[in-house]
Amino acid sequence: MARATAFAFRKPSVLPGFGLTLGFAVAYLSLIVLVPLAGLVVKTASMGWPEFWSLATDPRTLAALRLSFGASAAAAAMNAVFGLLVAWVLVRYEFPGKRIIDAMVDLPFALPTAVAGIALTAIYAPNGWIGRYAAEAGVKIAYTPIGIFIALVFIGLPFIVRTVQPVLEDMDREVEEMAATLGANRLQTVVRIVLPTLAPALLTGFALAFARAVGEYGSVIFIAGNIPYVSEIAPLLIVIRLTEFNYAAATAIATVMLALSFVILLAINLLQAWSRRRLGHD
Amino acid sequence: MTDVTHGAPVAAPRAFVSPATERRVVRIVLVLVAIAFLAIFLFLPLISVFYEAFRAGFSAFLRAVTERETASAIRLTLLVAAFSVPANLVFGVAAAWAIAKYEFKGKSLLITLIDLPFSISPVTSGLIYVLMFGAQGYIGPVLADHGIKIIFAVPGIVLATIFVTFPFIARELIPIMQAQGSQDEEAALSLGASGLKTFFRVALPNVKWALLYGVLLCNARAMGEFGAVSVVSGHIRGKTNTMPLQVEILYNEYNYGAAFAVASLLALLALFTLIVKSVLEWRYADEIAATRRH
Repeated sequence: MARATAFAFRKPSVLPGFGLTLGFAVAYLSLIVLVPLAGLVVKTASMGWPEFWSLATDPRTLAALRLSFGASAAAAAMNAVFGLLVAWVLVRYEFPGKRIIDAMVDLPFALPTAVAGIALTAIYAPNGWIGRYAAEAGVKIAYTPIGIFIALVFIGLPFIVRTVQPVLEDMDREVEEMAATLGANRLQTVVRIVLPTLAPALLTGFALAFARAVGEYGSVIFIAGNIPYVSEIAPLLIVIRLTEFNYAAATAIATVMLALSFVILLAINLLQAWSRRRLGHD
Repeated sequence: MTDVTHGAPVAAPRAFVSPATERRVVRIVLVLVAIAFLAIFLFLPLISVFYEAFRAGFSAFLRAVTERETASAIRLTLLVAAFSVPANLVFGVAAAWAIAKYEFKGKSLLITLIDLPFSISPVTSGLIYVLMFGAQGYIGPVLADHGIKIIFAVPGIVLATIFVTFPFIARELIPIMQAQGSQDEEAALSLGASGLKTFFRVALPNVKWALLYGVLLCNARAMGEFGAVSVVSGHIRGKTNTMPLQVEILYNEYNYGAAFAVASLLALLALFTLIVKSVLEWRYADEIAATRRH
């Protein structure tokens, strides 16, 4: 193994295997992730700006992007409310079955998306367990954007709960007691003390759920109905363009989505840094 | 737990409510609303999978899951997991070792890049391999000249699965190995153990539960991946259909009973994963990563 001082870019260590493990990790990362992703970038760049722009602003593409991002934001917002509630109840209260419910929150992570997709469709279809009553009330859920929203709520829920939960667990109860002794009522304490402390985690969870929902495919396509301009999500349009062998259009949509994902990832990292600073960790 | 009675002799003894919690009725309402939400959004879909799978009886279920094309889909799913999980296991251990045990420039960039596949749509993950290895791709035609087929064949499915499950094991190992530091390994080395012996006898046992946790999550996703695999598979019946793709095909043929029968096997895998995961979290909370996000 090379002498420790040979690597000017790292601090010396007595442990062996730095060159081997880092070399393997970087090589594997490059082969599996970076080179194929670079292929996407090269393909986009070789298109030229006018072609890319016309593909990216095609009305059907724009409608799909608008639907994907809009439904994802709505679902993440819904999850921010109910995910916070679930995290709150799991951390602060005791009730029977709490452990099982805590474990089940991860179901959307573990359940394959196609399984979730057909199960949700079966429930919300006009003859399904819930869809039946919605249909009586004149509301169609499956095969409309509402169905997409429901599928995205399903897959996004754990992101909010699992980001808020640890912060809530670590939160110092004495601050709340102090607020109460100083005359604040419970609602004031929650709104003015607890929620601001949770806000960074809540925002991070929102961004994670949103990013996941934008790219989601399996759980959505069964319940969506997939009508162009109405209930066709962006990832599905990529698949449709691919089956038409229209690689340029597929690449353009993927690039737009990827660029937006990068912005979201960057925002998540900044949020996490900010929340760590605010809570006084590291 | 908050119903501690006041010690002071008060005329009307009233249950003491800590000022840092809500009134009992508020607590009960909040718990009920949370449970109702989870029941509708989580439990109902899960129950419906098993209900639909066994609606036509157990023998219909058995017939559906032993049908020739479904059996081949099950075999392919196991095969794909058998390739992709060990590949990401080796990577995860190597990456975690380099990142947790050494200080070097560009470390946080490396960690960000490892997480990258999580922020990419599964469909895009499939697309990048089509652009690379497809018939009109960068190196697809060259490989085709040598009789190597990646897209619409098993290697493409394995590659796409490796891509989407890429970060699972690494990101479970990195935080726990960082938290543990390298004193144990340094002690082993100074006592004369070889590098390899130190790795297998000291470093790996220290992180075994986190490792198992990561493998479990990686495997669940590998077997259940749909979008990325769907793009590269070509849906050739009995050849390149994994279990989730078989679910889709059966469903689109209005063969709902069979679709849900295959889906129920995947749901069982998910439940198994959740149970083992929870047991690991309860028993070895300190020995698996502090962060519970995926």
